[in-house]
Amino acid sequence: MKSLRLLTAGLAGLIFTAAAHAAGGAEHPHPPEGGWPFDGPTGQFDQASLQRGYQVYKEICSSCHSMKLMSYRNLGEPGGPFYDPAYSNPNDNPFVKALAAENEILSPTPNDVGDYDYRPATPADRFRSPFANVQAARAANGGAAPPDLSVITKARHGGASYVYRLLTGYPHDDAFVEREVDGEMVNFVDMSKMGGHGGEAGEGFLKVSPGQYYNPYMAGDTTPNYDGDPRHPPKGGFLAMPPQLIEGRIEYTDGTAATVDQMAYDVAQFLAWAGEPKQEHRKSLGLAVMGYLLLLAVLLWFSYKQIWRKIEH
Amino acid sequence: MSGHESSYTPTNAFTRWLDTRLPIIRFAQDTAINFPTPKNLNYWYTFGGILAVCLAVQIITGIILAMHYEASVNGAFASVERIMRDVPYGWLLRYIHANGASMFFLAVYIHMFRGLYYGSYKAPREVLWILGCVIYLLMMATAFLGYMLPWGQMSFHGANVITGLFGAIPLIGESLQTWILGGPSIGNQTLQRFFSLHYLLPFMIAAVVILHIWALHVPGNNNPTGVEVQDVEKETVPFHPYYTVKDAFAIVIYFLMFALFVFYAPNVLGHADNYVEANPLVTPAHIVPEWYLLPFYAILRAITFDLGPIPAKLLGVIFMFAAIAVLFVLPWLDTSKVKSMRYRPVAKQFFFGFVATCMLLGWCGASVPTDPVIKALQGQPTLVVTYTENGSEVTSEYKGGGEAYEDAKSFMETLPADASPSLSAVPAPTFQFKHLSLILTFCYFGYFIILFFIGLTEKPKDVPESIHKSILKRHKASTATAIPAE
Amino acid sequence: MTDQTSLEHGGAVDEDRRNFIHIATGAAAFGGAAMFAWVAVDQWNPAADTKAASALDVDISKVPLGSEIRVLIGGKPFFIRHRTPAEIAAAEAVDIKTLRDPQTDDERLRPMQNGELNRAILITSGACTHLGCVPVGPAQGNTGEYGGWYCPCHGSEYDTSGRIRKGPAPLNLPVPNYTYVSDTVVNISL
Repeated sequence: MKSLRLLTAGLAGLIFTAAAHAAGGAEHPHPPEGGWPFDGPTGQFDQASLQRGYQVYKEICSSCHSMKLMSYRNLGEPGGPFYDPAYSNPNDNPFVKALAAENEILSPTPNDVGDYDYRPATPADRFRSPFANVQAARAANGGAAPPDLSVITKARHGGASYVYRLLTGYPHDDAFVEREVDGEMVNFVDMSKMGGHGGEAGEGFLKVSPGQYYNPYMAGDTTPNYDGDPRHPPKGGFLAMPPQLIEGRIEYTDGTAATVDQMAYDVAQFLAWAGEPKQEHRKSLGLAVMGYLLLLAVLLWFSYKQIWRKIEH
Repeated sequence: MSGHESSYTPTNAFTRWLDTRLPIIRFAQDTAINFPTPKNLNYWYTFGGILAVCLAVQIITGIILAMHYEASVNGAFASVERIMRDVPYGWLLRYIHANGASMFFLAVYIHMFRGLYYGSYKAPREVLWILGCVIYLLMMATAFLGYMLPWGQMSFHGANVITGLFGAIPLIGESLQTWILGGPSIGNQTLQRFFSLHYLLPFMIAAVVILHIWALHVPGNNNPTGVEVQDVEKETVPFHPYYTVKDAFAIVIYFLMFALFVFYAPNVLGHADNYVEANPLVTPAHIVPEWYLLPFYAILRAITFDLGPIPAKLLGVIFMFAAIAVLFVLPWLDTSKVKSMRYRPVAKQFFFGFVATCMLLGWCGASVPTDPVIKALQGQPTLVVTYTENGSEVTSEYKGGGEAYEDAKSFMETLPADASPSLSAVPAPTFQFKHLSLILTFCYFGYFIILFFIGLTEKPKDVPESIHKSILKRHKASTATAIPAE
Repeated sequence: MTDQTSLEHGGAVDEDRRNFIHIATGAAAFGGAAMFAWVAVDQWNPAADTKAASALDVDISKVPLGSEIRVLIGGKPFFIRHRTPAEIAAAEAVDIKTLRDPQTDDERLRPMQNGELNRAILITSGACTHLGCVPVGPAQGNTGEYGGWYCPCHGSEYDTSGRIRKGPAPLNLPVPNYTYVSDTVVNISL
């Protein structure tokens, strides 16, 4: 009698977990070792890391990727990388003003004679976009427009972990081999040298077309490019972005050693914050609301028991 | 508005004066305060109250969001993110509204299954049930329209797929689709009309809810025994405070779960793709609707065969709409005189089977149709070497584990250079989601047919003579054996 | 479930407890509703991007002598006027005792970075203090009876210091918060 009911309840649980794991052919992006400081109901961003992450974005990513939903003032808002309690209005924060002014933007409003001037940005301005429009972005990047990074951590499965793993997941130099195919030199990735990345594919070589880069965390299909066992193609896919983080490419203003791992960690954390700047507030308000609802539930329970105490039901 | 006699007596000169002109206090007293409600309603009956609150929450947060939202293809995505970033508490209001839709549907499904279990659709409550189905239809339309508004990838391409269904209708399909979209494709005009309708439909839902409550108050509540109230004095209590407090408790418990989603997993019920702005040139790899529409999506995709002159696409649409339409005629499909499944041992088994069918259909709707249902049961793919020999294409197959690959490789090396061999993998045939969907689709419709026959043959258990006797019996049983009652 | 007689026995105590629990529940529910109402009210306050758009750097070196420029900050109009020596003299010569809203010309100016007043540049709000119309001024070729601004809606006349001299307006044109960023750039904020 109860068996079907149990079965039904079990099914509900099963379907929920099954749906949660329905992912594509990319490697699952695990969080970095030690997890993220902003994980969990009480997690908070590491402000120093956010500041470094902004530096990585500014000095590396921003030459191709826009962040159109972000304004410089966001950097100085509560919870932001450069929040200073002395300036509750981030537009007055001199540090944020200076950061904004480092960027020459095309003024969104015309000048007295109707032309659009370049001028230093103010905190109220949006982040400078590297390209005027998507066509320009495409033309400058071999046909693939670099995606906007404003909400990238919400737009990809795995969020910050995806960004972190993608940036650090490219094959190392020694995994590449050049081979002659039909008289032309073609790049191959030796899958046996991927060091555990790329799934069960042990032996075999993956052809990398010019202008393309293999990454095990990118969603895609590698089957047509793989010369090994076609039943086990390497996980991952190809993207048009070459590996960007090279040790020492930037010099952190706070003196932290700019390792690839450090830069990926910082920029992923910065993007996680930028994807939803209000998330710390959300989580802290959540605790208060849950506490309140719990209290109200207890009160209502006793109220209910009082009212129904004389009724047989 | 209610079938029972009014128990309101105006107490002062003003209320007496008002009562003869606009008996609004009498009306409120009779419907929301004194309304006699069976004593034996369990917690499954609190979902009506929960749904009323869900509707109110959606309307209030929706009206607020509309004050900040911009219905244009260039501004919609950015305006939603502006709500998330710049509008005071905008993030909270938007997350409540987005997750509120899921909470609303979860509650409505429980409410509907409760009605199915306790036979609340049977005489004299057929109209009550049909009005409920109308509300459900309106909810689906509202949710679909609302999902388009953030103008993300899933908004755009989901709307594209659903409006494409109208194109399957013979003769008028294509012109109907163009009329709905206001152009050859989804554009600014479509977004604006969908926004307008998304604002309108909730008020239509509210209007039908009033009719639904009216239709409830004429025959009065059903109850877990399915036996009608015989003695108002002994078997009912006034709605207030007895059921207001019980409903309120259930609502707060429901809100606790709601809050868990809003504050700690606000995007878990949505799709990552919807945070990518709509791009008509790129379709997401895997288009799925929101979870609450998945069972119907599975039925739509389950039909992959033509039936005589009816093409598969149209047949799928017909089955999908039939899956909802069958609910409207359910009161006449179920032939049993006994309402509650408590006393219908056979039908009860089928009921839980039906619940399981609906959930599994949801799972199918979320999965890729050609994926294996159980990965572990799928055998090794076959390796196929394709090469040219004497100008014609020849294939050679290899089965097995690692050796098969070695064999295929060494075979390829023995071939002459001009054979241009290539190696590919053909997946082993297995039980796929599209097969499961088809079986489940027949199970879904089968339930309604079976109900017809069970009603004619089933021997029900002893139905209590009255609600009062059922309560007494349960209390005796619980004091005697100290086993908690159902 | 409960024994009828024992309940009647402790009826008085029970009644107290019952009232308390209902009042506490009602109060908690009301508190929660009030919090949500606050959210629903607060969302109408200026959004962060609206607040950010409420300051502007203006280059005052481009204002022609004897004329004015008009700028919008957060949608509100402001006048930036480059006064001639005669206009400055006229503004300073007024006996403030005769004014409806007594203010000296110096009180209506802000110091530059070196601490001195830039008497040539007058910055005021562009909304008449009567009912918020935008007065006409040198930009429209009509400076009114007192050489400042004239509001065509109800006939208020302002002088070359933006002070109300005649008509229904009760107060002088307000001077906004502004600071000299350099000798030629002022930052005006709401």
